[in-house]
Amino acid sequence: MKIKLSSSQLLPALVLLGALLLWIVLSLLKVFPESVFPSPLAVAKGFVEEARSGRLLDDLVASLFRVTTGFVLSVFTGIPVGLWLGRSQRARQALLPTINFFRNLSPLAWIPFAILWFGVGDLPTIFLIFMAAFFPTVIATMGAVASIPSVYFRVARDYGFSNSKILTHVTLPAIAPQVITSLRVTAGLAWLVVVAAEMIAGRAGLGFAIWDARNGLRMDLLVCGMIVIGLIGVVIDRILVQLTKIPSVRWGYER
Amino acid sequence: MSDNPLQLDNVSFGFGSIAVFEKLSLAVARGEFVAIVGPSGCGKTTLLDLFSQFRAPTSGTIQCTGGVRMVYQHDSLFPWQTVSQNIALGLSHITDAGEQRRRIGEMLSLINLEQFGDTYPHQLSGGMRRRVELARALAGDSDILLLDEPFSALDYLTRLRLRNELARMLEEFPRTVVLVTHDIEEAAQLADRVLVFSERPARICCEITLELKRPRELTHPQVVQTVHRILAELGLEHQDRHLAVLA
Repeated sequence: MKIKLSSSQLLPALVLLGALLLWIVLSLLKVFPESVFPSPLAVAKGFVEEARSGRLLDDLVASLFRVTTGFVLSVFTGIPVGLWLGRSQRARQALLPTINFFRNLSPLAWIPFAILWFGVGDLPTIFLIFMAAFFPTVIATMGAVASIPSVYFRVARDYGFSNSKILTHVTLPAIAPQVITSLRVTAGLAWLVVVAAEMIAGRAGLGFAIWDARNGLRMDLLVCGMIVIGLIGVVIDRILVQLTKIPSVRWGYER
Repeated sequence: MSDNPLQLDNVSFGFGSIAVFEKLSLAVARGEFVAIVGPSGCGKTTLLDLFSQFRAPTSGTIQCTGGVRMVYQHDSLFPWQTVSQNIALGLSHITDAGEQRRRIGEMLSLINLEQFGDTYPHQLSGGMRRRVELARALAGDSDILLLDEPFSALDYLTRLRLRNELARMLEEFPRTVVLVTHDIEEAAQLADRVLVFSERPARICCEITLELKRPRELTHPQVVQTVHRILAELGLEHQDRHLAVLA
């Protein structure tokens, strides 16, 4: 059977293949000792070992659960707060400086408090993800609300919309494209944070697995964890990209 | 109370210390098509805002009887809704789904976009979007149509075409119309009465009545003569010169 690949599939495949070849060459040339530069074969073996023992799946589930919980919490609180700030100038004046302060504070700075307040496990990690994703979501939603052309509200008034209909039929659909873009960014951020948080405040999860491999000097398992983390990050983004394909938000990306 | 659907009596309005109108009075009769032209910034759009009760006058009375629909200068179709959904906004008082679908179909064929009901506005050309805006405003049982430079963003040929289309739509869906425009030809081709506004504070410095049936040829002598008169009124052409040409 002949498989036809378009250049949009072929080019990225070639780049990945090139990277793999470079990895093989570097490990064959022994530029670094095997103990600090595992070969692709060693990593593949490590992957099989981790998958068979069930640890990989457990870590994956633990990390995904934390990211999903923290992310969903931040979306369901951040969007309403952003809507409120977008509509109320007083609220904006009062709260924006504080929100900007927290937004610029790395969530990792909260790690010590997260452990002291919530112990070790799911809760501190969820808290850290929330702190990473909440503020950008608020800012993005607020900006999107403020940039809705006022003519849409005039039209809504002309056609007798109630306040709740304005929210559901004008404000929310008008901000949807920008909010979806910001969700993609914050989901990526949340995925970065979960790994870092689990390294310190976790007893399971992909970040913990990496830290554990480092402590056991199992560089093959460490690379295995890195690959899985990268792949899952890409998958999360691919899933969120599907949101941009909804017909009623296409307008936000096509002009 | 008079029988006019739109009437201003001694209306004054200003933005802060800037007086836009001082004791302005004007009336629009039922079914009449009035065009308002004038220098930019003279308060043409503000006048429509007063009619639609988006703004309140500082003094004087405004009478506006009947349902009002406005077509804005800039795109105001909801981009997240299809053409049909946008038109349905004007038909929300019809609760029967089948009847609403029929009325949407009627509006789509009025603007010759039968195939585009499920299309989103950003997939249409500027001229098509304008036609949908007109259809949305004409759908349903409104009485008064306020047009704020509806064709100003279009290219010249599309504008010419849409003038005729608007005339045809009003044949089928008669309305009392106030058109605010910079386009003097547009005013002369469409209006029963053209009001030329002065600089701020705006007053009506000239009123031209046309009894020619719509749609009117752009080159019809009466249209051409009206264009000349408006230009002369706005100080852009000498009145005696064009009279000599026409003689």
